[in-house]
Amino acid sequence: MTRRTRTWLLLLPAGTWFLVMLLLPLSVVLVFSFGERAPAGGVVPAFTFEQYANLPARWTAFKNTLTLAPIGTLAALLIAYPLAYFLAVKVDAKWKTILLVLVIVPFWTSILIRSYAWIFLLGGRGIPALLDWVGIEGVRLINTPFAVLVGIIYGYLPLMVFPIFVSLDRLDKRLLEAAADLGATKWNTFRQITLPLSVPGVATGCLLVFILLMGEFLIPALLGGGKVFFVGNALVDLFLQSRNWAYGSAVAATLVFVMLITVTIYMRLIARLGASRDDVSIM
Amino acid sequence: MRIYAICVYLFLYIPIGVIALFSFNAGRHASQLQGLSTKWYGKALDNPFVMDALQTSLLVAFISACLASLFGTMAAIALQGIKGPVRTIFDMLIYIAVMIPGIVIGIATLIGLVTLFDQLNPLLATLWPEGAEPPKLRMGMGSLIAAHTMFLMALVIIIVRARLAGMDRALTEASSDLYATPFGTFWQVTLPMIFPAVLAGFLLSFTFSFDDFIIAFFVAGSETTLPIYVFSSIRRGVTPEINAIGTLVLAASLILLITAQLLLRKGERKPR
Repeated sequence: MTRRTRTWLLLLPAGTWFLVMLLLPLSVVLVFSFGERAPAGGVVPAFTFEQYANLPARWTAFKNTLTLAPIGTLAALLIAYPLAYFLAVKVDAKWKTILLVLVIVPFWTSILIRSYAWIFLLGGRGIPALLDWVGIEGVRLINTPFAVLVGIIYGYLPLMVFPIFVSLDRLDKRLLEAAADLGATKWNTFRQITLPLSVPGVATGCLLVFILLMGEFLIPALLGGGKVFFVGNALVDLFLQSRNWAYGSAVAATLVFVMLITVTIYMRLIARLGASRDDVSIM
Repeated sequence: MRIYAICVYLFLYIPIGVIALFSFNAGRHASQLQGLSTKWYGKALDNPFVMDALQTSLLVAFISACLASLFGTMAAIALQGIKGPVRTIFDMLIYIAVMIPGIVIGIATLIGLVTLFDQLNPLLATLWPEGAEPPKLRMGMGSLIAAHTMFLMALVIIIVRARLAGMDRALTEASSDLYATPFGTFWQVTLPMIFPAVLAGFLLSFTFSFDDFIIAFFVAGSETTLPIYVFSSIRRGVTPEINAIGTLVLAASLILLITAQLLLRKGERKPR
């Protein structure tokens, strides 16, 4: 067996799988988005922009996604940065790995059950009951944008901490000593050395969290109670309840398109800031 | 600084802890703690719907993780040795598989496969011998495994490639200089070195598949996986039974994940 045949044989299963289970389905979405809704619930092939023209009907879902995703990303960043800094710069080497693993691991566990925990905590008998007890009455937390935001931060904080940690951990600690020796204040050292050098990590973290938030369904479904809904919730409704595949495909294609545009603009901005795009790995 | 870090850890672990605590609640109401007992675990494990869903989830997770680890590792090894358009195409496919939101993957798989089956089913019927009932392709366990495998394969390729890239090339070269066959080199040099990564990839894949809700929600047909069962129960209200199931699921995935993490980190630490 030649080297060439071997390579092809090794790639064959994965290639076929990607073709049938990724490229084919995504093409079907694209084709359907230009089709017309069939009376029975399927799609009549056509070439019309009718579905796309109809997008404003789901404007609220897009608006919610495009406001809460950036706000959630920013909030996660503000909470994650100090922790990542602490883990990378302040913590003893022997504790580093275990503390880092403790941050990352919740991210890989069931987001469903972790969001469920917040239904429990934010629901009538959770934190509001506690507040009631100390005298603050009538606070409603569940099914509000705040609840969704808490769920988002809780769900995606680990994903933000990790890349920032990696970039700060790589930072040459002698630079910090040198700055201190040269009489820089702690704040100036942070502002002029640590912060600029951690930009790649911050950029990666924000990108990862933002991308995942754009397609979020579970957190708004469980904590937003139908009042705060994302594009993901609109998609579930369109495909599983009203079975409007043509319109649903147009919404899905638009979501991916908006995501690609945002990510491209973002990458450009980051490149201009002089950061590299390496290390998107989260393990 | 230290206090801040402790607060964040509390934020991360208190909700999990609360769920675990309330799963041992002896009372009937989900949110009033009335003594401790393990009766809800018994209830959950006696519920045939839960056990069915659990069985489906475990089977799907095991098969997809096996397929993904095998095909993903094969692809990662092949990709390591080539350059040019094929590699670029695979890089793009992996990028797409990881970047496209899970919900879009779920939807696309649903309508893609339904459309494909609509074309294939009449064809199968004509090919089938007269009299016998022709098989009918439909959404179910098969489509679920196929969809999970696709996504997990991308994950395994990324993990194994990272390990292969960190490997000392001189070792495989030395092995072939010493007249080892390509298979011998693979078996005795490459495989032992990438094995921790493959195993970590398998464990991660298993957890991912087991925990996945959104793809399964679209693709599972009439099958119910554990996350689908939990989701529909939550919709009906919070019960101590869900707390018990949730605690078991979290505990199981925590064990698998910490093992995977330790394997990966152990594999990374190479002597210099």
